[in-house]
Amino acid sequence: MENSIQVKGLQKSYRQLHVLKGVDFEVKKGSIFALLGSNGSGKTTIVKILTTLLKQDSGNVIVNGFDVVAQPGNVRQSISLTGQFAAVDEILTGRENLVMIAKLRHVKDPLQVADDLLKRFGLADAANRRASTYSGGMRRRLDIAMSLVGESPLVFLDEPTTGLDPEARIEVWRIVKELAGNGTTVFLTTQYLEEAEQLADRIAILHEGRIIVSDTLAALKKLFPPAKVEYIEKQPTLEEIFLAIIGKKNEN
Amino acid sequence: METIKNYYLMDMGVMLGRSLRHIFRSLDTIITVTIMPIAMMLLFVYVLGGAIQTGTDNYVNYLLPGILLIAVANSIGYVSYRLFLDKQRGIFERFNSMPIARSAALWGHVLTSLVSNAISLVVIILVALLMGFRSPAGILSWLAVAGIIALFTLALTWVAAIAGLSAKSVDGAGVIAYPIHFLPLISSAFVPTASMPGPVRAFAENQPVTPIVEAIRALLLNQPVGNGIWVALAWCVGIMIVACLVAGRVYKKGG
Repeated sequence: MENSIQVKGLQKSYRQLHVLKGVDFEVKKGSIFALLGSNGSGKTTIVKILTTLLKQDSGNVIVNGFDVVAQPGNVRQSISLTGQFAAVDEILTGRENLVMIAKLRHVKDPLQVADDLLKRFGLADAANRRASTYSGGMRRRLDIAMSLVGESPLVFLDEPTTGLDPEARIEVWRIVKELAGNGTTVFLTTQYLEEAEQLADRIAILHEGRIIVSDTLAALKKLFPPAKVEYIEKQPTLEEIFLAIIGKKNEN
Repeated sequence: METIKNYYLMDMGVMLGRSLRHIFRSLDTIITVTIMPIAMMLLFVYVLGGAIQTGTDNYVNYLLPGILLIAVANSIGYVSYRLFLDKQRGIFERFNSMPIARSAALWGHVLTSLVSNAISLVVIILVALLMGFRSPAGILSWLAVAGIIALFTLALTWVAAIAGLSAKSVDGAGVIAYPIHFLPLISSAFVPTASMPGPVRAFAENQPVTPIVEAIRALLLNQPVGNGIWVALAWCVGIMIVACLVAGRVYKKGG
């Protein structure tokens, strides 16, 4: 099985609104696949169908070799989802959140699994604080950590960095790269072009209900006129300035 | 799919543990479902009780069944609120994308409502005992009382589930609590309906809380329950079945 995800002729409407008008794409095992699209283009709808939360009107969707309509139980067994809004339990502590998911995934040693993930995601110091006291970045990290319990071979991240500050965003990117490095397939949606450029092996653009291009970054670049060499003074972006100042502060 | 079935009870246990933590960590909830009913019981027995004629020699004996139902009614708004937050914050989505039976999350909330109410009712009954509540009822009568209250709790919990799952805002989720709070007040919970003016009396005698209160009171005081208990059970089971079916449908649609 070479493909983790195979989508053919996927259609979905909400009442009169025809959101997906025949979507086709494939995601190779072990790759990072980025789905780009503007707000309301249907990215989340695709994620919901692929994770068995929503039924399509027509089309064929195979995830990890299982049909999402015929074998939803097998699909759920082999995936994990980090939704658009950090779905952490705010009243529970970080550790309790992870232990809860570990118990629901029936892993052998829930406490150990939780402790390992807390350490790996830099949350060990905050482990016994309620998630409601976490910053946006910490919450997102906990959210992603919860999705990694049970080590599913395919992880869905729906706009994982929306609303995060630049530092937290870079931290999430690091996590995603590490995941892919360990052989996990990552399906990512984003509205930030830079994010797709940074992370993805393959980029698909969803526009008006269809995938209009799906290729590697290098191939996408070839679609445009060849690069010209020009000498321009490079001004630092505000983001670079921000990160540089923060970095200095941390060193002091 | 086999494993999902095998783990069903275990998964529901995890859900129960989670929601119980929510309750024990919310002072607001504890005050509303336990302290408030106790305060009402104190108020009615020691402030108003002297002026209330119920025909029982001890007013707390008359009052306790109504207080128990008020405690249950007070907890209902929180059921709705907790369900709404789980839906809105994407917690249900997370659970539903995991290899867990889809109904486990919903039933976890229902079970939590039963367990948390059982705990608060035991506390209230202990306080009533200190205030002089005495019952000649045997173990079977107590079991019958527990059964009726459990059915009443389930019925209201499913009604609250509909509200929580279909609400569009936190305020909307909580609104269901108000009409339910009023039902015990306009019933024979505090005073016999015979003392009420005609239309009020007609409402009080034909709404679900009065026959339920009367049945529990008769059981606890070792009096004949008569046909009233069947009316009480019919209300509970009827509301429960209808609300459960509607809530299940809303949950499926939303998930």
